[in-house]
Parts: sequence; structure tokens; C-alpha cells
Amino acid sequence: MVAYRIDRRTGVATYVQIVQQTKQALRLGLLEPGDKLPTAREVVEATAINPNTVLKAYRELEREGLVEARRGLGTFVRRSLGAAPAGSPLKAELSDWTARARAEGLEREDVAALFASVLDEQFNDDQRFKNNKGEPA
Amino acid sequence: MTDTAIEAAALSKRFGRRGKWALRDCTLQLPAGRVCAVVGPNGAGKSTLLAVAAGLLGPTEGSLTVLGTHPTEARPRIAYVAQDKPLHPQLTVADTLRLGQELNPGRWDATVAERVVAQGDLAPKTRVRSLSGGQRTRVALALALGKRPELLLLDEPMADLDPLARHELMGTLLAEAAESGTTVVMSSHVVAELEGSCDFLLLLGAGRVRLAGPLEDLLAAHTLLTGPAGALDTLAPHTVVESRTTGRHLSALVRAAGPLDGAWQTAEPSLEELVLAHLRSPDAPALTLDPAREAAA
Repeated sequence: MVAYRIDRRTGVATYVQIVQQTKQALRLGLLEPGDKLPTAREVVEATAINPNTVLKAYRELEREGLVEARRGLGTFVRRSLGAAPAGSPLKAELSDWTARARAEGLEREDVAALFASVLDEQFNDDQRFKNNKGEPA
Repeated sequence: MTDTAIEAAALSKRFGRRGKWALRDCTLQLPAGRVCAVVGPNGAGKSTLLAVAAGLLGPTEGSLTVLGTHPTEARPRIAYVAQDKPLHPQLTVADTLRLGQELNPGRWDATVAERVVAQGDLAPKTRVRSLSGGQRTRVALALALGKRPELLLLDEPMADLDPLARHELMGTLLAEAAESGTTVVMSSHVVAELEGSCDFLLLLGAGRVRLAGPLEDLLAAHTLLTGPAGALDTLAPHTVVESRTTGRHLSALVRAAGPLDGAWQTAEPSLEELVLAHLRSPDAPALTLDPAREAAA
């Protein structure tokens, strides 16, 4: 089970915070397939946010195929959000690339900035989580 | 259930023949199932509006219907908690709930009422007179929720509570309301804590409707701008709610009528920023967004 922490000052829409925190829990293995998400009622009681906001977040997670609502039972995790496993060729390639960058004299922060800019370039369609409301631009 | 919880048409209310208008020409429509915040400065007409909706005051001019009918007809389906939370001080908590049961035959849900009380760690035998402000609010809410109302009217429900009790009671209230599909209308001064809890906003000023509509739509209709002070002229095609200049720096809250030209940094306002800007500019034009538009989208 996860507990959501709603920050009213970030400017990030509340339902986006729930989506992001659920995904984070999936990545960290705090939630696994078959686990039940807290009911809307439980979230509302704990956080005093509008019930429709919780339902909107769960619909979004459902749309992405991460959870499924089972009528009368609750909302359950369908699949995990694993990072690429440690032994994957992707990691080895990234490791080689990082070593090369370092050999060429890049500092840790230079590498991080470069990586972040490439991420932005490649994952443009994730932009909608960046603007204030989280609505598709 | 009706689709519209409250509908007012040119509603005006004046106390005494020569009194000041407490409400003036208020036209609004609140769809059922919403959690509506009623905000505004002291004397804006918040309490008057709630009392008219509860059927305790009649309009001087215009009309207001509740759940599709006259407020006094709808009374069995409404719960109203006045600001001072009137309870009988000599009754115990259990007696108070019993009173709720006897006064609402056929509607009363003892399970809900008892659950709300139990969450507050209240002994049923305690007399109301010896309860703290927060506990008294909890009992008043238990009484209101036990009635299983279709419309719950709360006048400054959390005003005298500490932050923890506020948070807990708001959670309880929203959870119970969600379960039974109750429309909640609640007035408050503390705007920041309504953010996230409410999905409909009604801003009153001097008895008039300043802003009314689904909260998300109202926020999306406004933009916070910062930029060079010289660029104020370029805002002419838009509605400027408020603008402030500090040195060469200009910040403004506008309702954009189209794309914004110029080197503006833009952001969507928070609920608090939206409300404060309108309170500081009492002459800014009113804006009512039709809730039906959202449903169609």
C-alpha cells in the first residue's frame, strides 16, 4: 500500500502528483502487480483532497495500463515500471558512453546536463506533465 | 436527484427597507455533486447566500431554487450548519445523535453519524457543553451527514479549528460526501486550504458574483504575467484584472482574449493568487463560466 503526500505549493496539479507518486512506488518496487491501491475514500480521508481528483489520477493510471479497476473490489496494480534490469545491454552501452565522456574531460554535472537535454529531446511527448496543469498542451 | 444543486436568478436580498443590499443581482448555477467554495471578504454576502439556500431567509428580489425546487420544499434533503454551530449544550453526544434520528425519520443514517463521531475519539456520554471547538464541529458535521443530505451547506465550518482538526474533519467530510454523492457548499476565509478540496468556486464581493464556475476552468481562464513595465500597453486587447509595477518590472493577472504578444513569462495562477488579485481589484469585471460547457467538452 502507498500513502500519498500532497504538496499544495508546488504548482503541480494534485492528480499529477498522485500519478507521479504511484509510478515512483512502482519503479522502487514498493508496489507490485496484484497490489491494491488505497481506495478514493482512504486517500480523501488522509489528504482532504477532492475525491474527483483521486478518481482522475486512477483513470490516468488505468489509461496507461498500469492499474485496473475491479468493480466493487478496488484498483489493482497490473504491471510494474521496472527500470532496465542491471545486466541489460542498454546499461553496458550507457556505461561505455559515460566512460568516454569522462575521458574527454567532462565533469559529472556536464554529463548529467547533457543526458537531461537528450532526455528532453527524445521524450518530448512527456511535456504535458511539465506544464502547470498537466493537461496535454 | 436533480442535476442542479443551486440555481439563482437575479437574486437580491436586503435587510429592512432602507438597508444595504446584502446580495445584489446574483445569477449562478451550481451543478450537483460538486464541492463548492464560497469565498469573499467580510460582508460579501456569503452567509446570506447560504441562509437563503437553506430556506431560512427569503429573497427580496429574484429567485433561488435548490435541488430543482423551493428551498423550504427541499429542506428534508438539505443540511445546513450555521457558523456558530448551534447545538444543545446540555445534551450528550449520544443524545444529540438521537435527536438527529428523531427529527429526520426515514432519512437518518446512524452508521454514518456514529462513524464521524467515533473518528474524533468522542465519548458518547460527554455533554456538548464540555466539548472543544473542534469536537463540537465534529458533532455538528455528524448531525448534518447523518441526515444523508443531497445538499450540504456549511458556513465557515472550520473557522475555529486548529490545523490538525481542520485537516481531519475536511478529510472526513469529503469522504462521506463522496460516498453519498452529496453536493457540498462551504464558505471560508482561508483560501489556501480550499485548494485541492474544492472543484467549484464562487467568489462574492459586495453582494455580487465576481467569479463563478468550475475551478479548473476559472484558473485556466487566467494567466499570471511578468515582464517589462513598458509592455503594459500591449495588454489592451485582454482583460487585465490586476497589474502591479515595481521599478521596471510588471506583474499582472489577465484574462487573455487570444495569444499574448511580447516577452511575457506566463504561469497559471493558484486559487489563492486568483482570489487575492480579484479582492485587491474590486472593479475588475465579473466572470461566470458555464458548468455545462465543461460537461460537453
